[in-house]
Amino acid sequence: MPEEVEANVTVDARGSFCPGPLMELIRAIREGEVGDVIAVLSNDTGSRRDIPLWIEKAGHELIGIFDKEDHARFLVKKLK
Amino acid sequence: MADKMSIILFSGTMDKLLPVGVLASGGVAMGMDVEIFATFWGLQALTKGAAQQPPRMSKDFEDMAPMMMQLMQEKNVPSFLDTLKTAKELGNVRVLACSMTMDLMDLTKEDFVDIVDDVVGVGEFVDSARDAKITLFI
Repeated sequence: MPEEVEANVTVDARGSFCPGPLMELIRAIREGEVGDVIAVLSNDTGSRRDIPLWIEKAGHELIGIFDKEDHARFLVKKLK
Repeated sequence: MADKMSIILFSGTMDKLLPVGVLASGGVAMGMDVEIFATFWGLQALTKGAAQQPPRMSKDFEDMAPMMMQLMQEKNVPSFLDTLKTAKELGNVRVLACSMTMDLMDLTKEDFVDIVDDVVGVGEFVDSARDAKITLFI
């Protein structure tokens, strides 16, 4: 079980539809520093698969997906 | 060179415009260059005039338009133009206006919202779409 950590930046994309949360994550990664942990809050179903896929392709680290009551919290570390 | 997605945007109704914004975003997210050749009603939808009009819905789905509009408003779904603008900010999306449609409809570059990058003929577009990995006519 991955450890849920504090994020440097939190993107609250709850209520946003596919591909909104993914696009917001991409923007946050672009604007962040290497080593930053970015949290994305999303209740969009597509995020579940799109966000991990994008992270893998873009070469960052998915720390984990943590289920909350009405959304998921994706923790991503910017690696480059 | 990045893989390319080429979209021919022919339709000008919301039910077709929205997926173009979403697909272009998907292309950007997956590291593709996206090229949108806007022609006929698709180009007309990119004029400043059309942007100020209420969105049009295809005749096929006319009966569902009020429900759809209400849902989109309630759930804050961004407009096609906003989705496309975000995709442009985050990746390489080029929107190309069809020169023939412009001649036919007496349009100039000044008539378009600021999302249109260039004006090209069909030959140039086809030449560029030749090496696209994904080509869509919408």
